[in-house]
Amino acid sequence: MRVLMFGWEFPPHIAGGLGTACYGIVKGLAANGVDTIFVMPSASGDEDQSAARIINASDVAVDTVSTSVDEFLDRVKFVHIGSNMIPYANPEEFSSLVEEERLRQVKDFRISYGQKYKFSGKYGANLMEEVARYAMVGGTIALQHKDEFDVIHAHDWLTYYAGIAAKELTGKPLVVHVHATSYDRGSEENIDTRVLAIEKRGMEAADKVVAVSDLTRGICINRYGIDPDKVVTVHNAVDFSGRENIQVERGVKDKVVTFLGRITFQKGPEYFIEAAAKVLKRTKGVRFVMAGSGDMMSRAIRQVARMGISDRFHFTGFLRGADVQKMFALSDVYVMPSVSEPFGISPLEAMRTGVPSIISKQSGAAEVLRYAFKVDFWDVDAMADDIYALVNYPALTAFAAREGYDEVNALKWTGATARLKQVYESVLK
Amino acid sequence: MKKSICLYFQVHQPTRLRLYRFFDIGKDSHYYDDFANRTILRRIADKCYLPMNALMLEAIKAHGGQFRIAYSISGSALEQFERYAPEVIDSFKALSDTGCVEFLAETYYHSLASLASYSEFEHQVLKHKAAIERIFGVTPTAFRNTELIYSDSIGQQVCSLGFKTMLTEGAKHILGWKSPGFVYSDASEPRLKLLLRNWGLSDDVAFRFSNRSWDQWPLTAEKFLSSLKAAAASGDEIVNLFMDYETFGEHQSEGSGIFDFMRALPGAVISDGTFEFVTPTKAARKHKVSDELDVPDPISWADEERDVTAWLGNELQQEAYNKLYALVEKLSLAQDPVLWEDFGHLQESDHFYYMCTKFFSDGEVHKYFNPYDTPYEAFINYMNVLSDFKIRLDDAISHGDIKFAARKEIEAPIAAPSKKPRKKPVKKK
Repeated sequence: MRVLMFGWEFPPHIAGGLGTACYGIVKGLAANGVDTIFVMPSASGDEDQSAARIINASDVAVDTVSTSVDEFLDRVKFVHIGSNMIPYANPEEFSSLVEEERLRQVKDFRISYGQKYKFSGKYGANLMEEVARYAMVGGTIALQHKDEFDVIHAHDWLTYYAGIAAKELTGKPLVVHVHATSYDRGSEENIDTRVLAIEKRGMEAADKVVAVSDLTRGICINRYGIDPDKVVTVHNAVDFSGRENIQVERGVKDKVVTFLGRITFQKGPEYFIEAAAKVLKRTKGVRFVMAGSGDMMSRAIRQVARMGISDRFHFTGFLRGADVQKMFALSDVYVMPSVSEPFGISPLEAMRTGVPSIISKQSGAAEVLRYAFKVDFWDVDAMADDIYALVNYPALTAFAAREGYDEVNALKWTGATARLKQVYESVLK
Repeated sequence: MKKSICLYFQVHQPTRLRLYRFFDIGKDSHYYDDFANRTILRRIADKCYLPMNALMLEAIKAHGGQFRIAYSISGSALEQFERYAPEVIDSFKALSDTGCVEFLAETYYHSLASLASYSEFEHQVLKHKAAIERIFGVTPTAFRNTELIYSDSIGQQVCSLGFKTMLTEGAKHILGWKSPGFVYSDASEPRLKLLLRNWGLSDDVAFRFSNRSWDQWPLTAEKFLSSLKAAAASGDEIVNLFMDYETFGEHQSEGSGIFDFMRALPGAVISDGTFEFVTPTKAARKHKVSDELDVPDPISWADEERDVTAWLGNELQQEAYNKLYALVEKLSLAQDPVLWEDFGHLQESDHFYYMCTKFFSDGEVHKYFNPYDTPYEAFINYMNVLSDFKIRLDDAISHGDIKFAARKEIEAPIAAPSKKPRKKPVKKK
C-alpha cells in the first residue's frame, strides 16, 4: 500500500497540532507497512525522513508531464479563489465576465507555468493564494509520481484543493482527513465562508472522509451534509516516544490548576474563570493559571479582576516548547473547558505528565479518555466541584493520575493508523 | 427424604444521594435525592413488589402451605416503603401471616459493617431485628449479610449474635470440587450452618431468563424443574435459589414471561414430588452438615470474582470506606439520633458500588444500577457529603464537650466519674 499525502507542516517546524499529528500518522503507517510520500509546501530539509519520503512543493515547478496546459487548467480550474462579487449581472454579462475571468486565469497560469513558487508554509495573509498554488503544484507532483502511490490523503482544508487536483489528474481515490472544521475555529457568526466552501468541496470530492472524533464526524454529516456512510472516525493518538517527564521545583505550596491553550472563544476560557471563582470562594491553598494568549485574553483579565480573584489567578502569556512541559509539571489539575474541540491533544499531554484532567464533553478526547473527568463546558458548578475534589481528596488525585498515565500511554498511533489503512483499502475496492 | 428447594429473595433499595456540590458543604445537610428515591421506589413497587407479592400469596394459598419462601428486606428499603408505598408493607404482612414465609436478619443499612467494625455491625443487625419484629411481629433466626458477604471472622460475629443459620454464595474458588447442594458449617463455629447459593440455577432465572441467545431460552417451569432434578440426581440434597427480588418485573420485564414462570413453578415442583420447599431455618434443621468450609477472605455473590472488589476494589472505594469508618469512634461520643441515621445511610454498600471502576467484565451490570455517569462523580459526590457530615459530627461533639464541661462544674461536688455522663447517651441509643 502506497499513499501520496498532502500536509501543511511537519516537525520540527510546526505552528499547530496538525504537523505533530501528521508525523504520528506517517510513522504509524510505516509500522503498518504503508509507504508514504509526504508533500508539504515548505520543507526546510531537517525533517525526519525515516518514515516517509518528503517532497518540498517549493522545489517543484508547475509542469505537466503528459497533459496540455489547457487540459490541466480544465481539470483544476476550480482552484482559482476569487472573491469578486458581481451584483445584478444579467446572463449575458455574467457569461462574458466568466470568460474574461477564464482568460485572465490562463494568462496568469502561463506566466507561472514552468516556474517554482516559494511557499511560506505558514498561516499568513496570503494564505488563500498559497492554498491555490499548492493545488497547482500538488497536481503536478501527483502526475510526476503517478505510478508510485495508490491513494491520495489530504489533511485539513489547506490541502484539500491539492488533494482534489491530484485526484482529478490521476483518477486515484482521495481520502480527506478532518482535523478541525470552520465550526470549531470561530463562533457561528464569524465563520470564514471561503474556508467553509473549500472544506465542503473537499469532503464532497473525497471518496472517504476521516474525522478525528465522533463529534467532528457529526459536524461533517450535519453541517456539511456529507453522506454518513462516507465519514469514518479515526481517533487521534499521541506519540510520547523519547519523552522524559521533567522535574521542576515549585515556588508555591498551593495546588495549581491550569488552563493551557489559545485564549479564544472556542477554548471556553470564561468558564474556567467562573469555576475558579467558585472554588476560591470555598478553598484556600489553590491557585489558577491561564497559560496562552489569544483574542479574548484582555477580556479574561478584566473578568478575573471584576471577580476579585486576581491574587490567586495568574496569566503567563504564550508559552512555547519546554515551557509548556514545565507548566504541566507544575500543575496539579489540568482543565480544558473547550466549547468545541475536534480532538484536543493537551489533556493527553497533561495526563502523560501525571496531571489529572478535567475536559469538556464537547471535545473529541472525551470519547477516548476514560480516566479524564468530563463535564459540559457550560456546567461551571460541575467543573468547580471536580476541581475542588481533585484539590481536596488526595486518593482521587492519586488514582486519576496513575490510571490516566497508563491510559494515555496506551493510545498509540499504530492502532489508529491500522484503521486508516482499512479506510485506504475500502476506497481501493 | 425429599430433596429441598430453598427460595430466598433480597429486597433492597438504596437511599440515593442527591447531587451534592462542594458549595453545599457546611450549608445544607440534606443529603438524599428524595425525588429519585420516591420515583424509583414507586416504579418498582408497581412493577415488581406489589404484583410479585400478590402472586406469591396466591401460590402459597393454592398449595396449602407447601410453598415456602424467604425474604430479607433491608432497613433502608423498609424506611422507603413506609414513606412512599405503605401498601407494600401491608402485602408483606399478608405474606407473613400465612406462616410460610421466613424473614431473614441482615444489617439494617445493607452495609459493609461486617468488614469494618464489630460494634457497628452488631448495632445494625439488632436494629434490623427490632424493625422486623416491630413490623411483622416475627423474630428472624437466620442471617444473610449484605450481598451474601461471608468469611470465617464474619461467621464468628454472626454466631455470637445468636444466629444458627447463615446464607452465602457457593463460590467456586471456595468450594472447589464440592457442591453447593449440601449444608455446610463454619470452620471455627460448627454451630453455624451455611446455606450456599447455587449460582448456576439462580442465575438462570435472575440473569439469563430473557436472554434470547441463551440455548435454554425460553425457560419454562418444566425445563427448570428438569435442571433441578438433574442437580438432585447428581446427589445434591438442597438447591438454594437466592436472588434479588427485583429480578421479577424489573430486571426481567413482565413481557419476558417471568411472572408466568413463577406462577407455574411451585405447582410443577410440588406435583413432581422430588422436592419440597423449605425456608432457610427449616433447611438448616432438616439437613445434616456435610463438611465445614474454610473461608479466610470474604466472598460475596457479586461479579465474576465473587469477592468484595465490587465495593472495595479500587483506592477510591477504599478511601471513602476508610474515611467513613474512621468516624465510628467519634460518633459514639455524639448522642444525636439524626447523625446516627445519616451515618447509617452513608454506609449503604450501593454508594461504594457506584465508585467501581471495573469497566469491562461486569461493567454492564454496574452501569445498570448506577445513577452516576462515572465512578469519579460517585466518589466526589460521596466525599462532599461525607465532608459535611464530618463538620456536623465535629460540631456535635464540641457542643457536647461544652455541655459536659458545664455540667461537670455543677456536679463537681459529687465528684462523678468523668466517664459516666458520656456512657448514658450511648445506652439510650
